[in-house]
Amino acid sequence: MWDQVVEEAPRFFGYYNLIFIGEALVNTLLLSWIGATVGFGFGFLFAICRHPRLFGLLPLRILATLYVELFRRIPFLVKLMCVFFAFQLSGAQASLFTIALVTVVLSAAAFAAEIARAGLESIPAPQWDAAEAMNFGRWRTLWRVVAPQSFRIVLPPLFGYTVGFIKSTSIASQIGVMELTYAAKILNTRGFSALLCFGTILLLYFLICWPTKHFGERLERRLARR
Amino acid sequence: MAFLALDGLCASYGGAKDVLSDVTLNFAKGEVVGLIGPSGSGKSSLLRALVGLLKPRAGQVTLGGEAVDYGSRQSLRAARDRFAIVFQQYNLFQNMTALRNVAIAPTLVKKRKAAEVEAEARSLLTKVGLGEKFNAYPDELSGGQQQRVAIARALALHPDILLLDEVTSALDPELVGEVLDTIRALHAEGITMLIVSHEMAFIREVATTVVFMDQGRVVEVGPPAQIFDAPQSPRLRDFTARILRH
Repeated sequence: MWDQVVEEAPRFFGYYNLIFIGEALVNTLLLSWIGATVGFGFGFLFAICRHPRLFGLLPLRILATLYVELFRRIPFLVKLMCVFFAFQLSGAQASLFTIALVTVVLSAAAFAAEIARAGLESIPAPQWDAAEAMNFGRWRTLWRVVAPQSFRIVLPPLFGYTVGFIKSTSIASQIGVMELTYAAKILNTRGFSALLCFGTILLLYFLICWPTKHFGERLERRLARR
Repeated sequence: MAFLALDGLCASYGGAKDVLSDVTLNFAKGEVVGLIGPSGSGKSSLLRALVGLLKPRAGQVTLGGEAVDYGSRQSLRAARDRFAIVFQQYNLFQNMTALRNVAIAPTLVKKRKAAEVEAEARSLLTKVGLGEKFNAYPDELSGGQQQRVAIARALALHPDILLLDEVTSALDPELVGEVLDTIRALHAEGITMLIVSHEMAFIREVATTVVFMDQGRVVEVGPPAQIFDAPQSPRLRDFTARILRH
C-alpha cells in the first residue's frame, strides 16, 4: 500500500489537485470562521434576551430559550437537511455553500448562547447591585462590568466549540458542499488511494484546529493577566 | 423639616413576610444614624430599599422635601443620584483598578470631565490611605483595602446621604480599625450617614441617633446614651444585655 502512495504522490499533489484542495480548504475555513463569528454574535444576543436582569419580556425569553434548547439537541446533519429543504420549499435560490453556512450559524448561535448565558450568570448579583445603585443602567452595567468579567470565563469553552464547528463542517459534504471532506471523496473516486486523500485532509483539519485551540489558550492567558 | 423621611415603609422579597413593616423615621441633615438590631431585623433591607434595590411595597420616602417614586425610572435615578451605598462585601468591579472603580461612575454617569474626576479619585484614595494602590485590582487588595476603595468610590459620587451596610462585618478583626478610622474622618466632615453595624462601641461613639430594629420594625429611636444605657423597650433591653455580655 505504501508503494502505491509513493507512486501516486507526484500525480496527487499536481497543480490542479492542489488548486482543488486549496479551494476546498478555503471553503472549510470560511464556513467555520464566518459561521462561528456570526453565530457567536447571535448567541450573545440570545443570552442577553434570556437574562432576567436585562430583559423583562417573558415571550422573548421563552422564544430564545426554546430556540437554544431545540437547536442544541438536533444533530448537525438533520439541521443541515432542514435548512436545505426549507430553502427548497421557499423557492429561494441559494448555493449549497450558503445553505451550509446558514446551518453552521444557526447551530453555533445555539451553543454560544448557552455558553454566554452561563458566563453572564456566573457574575454575582452584587456586581449588578453596585452598578445599579450608582445609576449605571442595565446596558451600561452589562457592557462595562458584567460582560468584561464573563468574557474571561466564556473564552475557553467558546474556543473548544469553535474547534467542534470546524469538524462539523465536514458533514456539509453530505449535501455536496465543496469543502475538504467532499474534496477528498471526489479525489478518492477519481482513483487516488484513500490513504492519500483522507490522510491529506486529516493533516489539514489538524492544521486548522490546532492553531485555533492554541490561539484561544493564548488569549485566555493574556486576559488572565488583564 | 426632616431631610430624609420614611413614612410607613413596607417591603418584602416577594414572599408573604415583610422584611420591612411600617418603618417610619425622620432624619435631619448632618445626622449620623446608627442602625442596630439582631440579624434579619431589616437593617440592611432598609438601606437596599432606599436605593431601590428592594422595591418598597407601600409607604413613602421623602428626600429633601421631594417624594421618591420607586416605580418611576426618572424619580429613582434622581434619588440614587443623592445616595451612595457601601456594601458589606465591598462589591468593587473586579475588572477595574482601584482608580477606575472610583472614577467610573462620576465620569460615565455624572458626565464630569475625566481629568478632573481622576484627580479627585486620586485624592480620595490617598485620603483613605491607599495612595500607592491606584492601579491595583480588587483581587490584589486585602478586605480592608477593598472596603476603603468602596468608601472612596461612594464619596466620589458626592452623595447627600452615605449608606454604610455592615461595612466591617466581612473583615478580619485587625482590618476593622482602618475602615472605622476612615468613617470617623467622614464623621468629622459632617456627612450625613446611615450606618448599619454590629460595632456597638463605634455606633455609640459616632452616631447622633440610634435606631433599634427587630423583625422589620423600628422598635426604639433615641440618642446613643438612651439606647445603650437606658433602653425603654423590653426587646432592646434584652438585646443590649446580650451584646454587653460579650
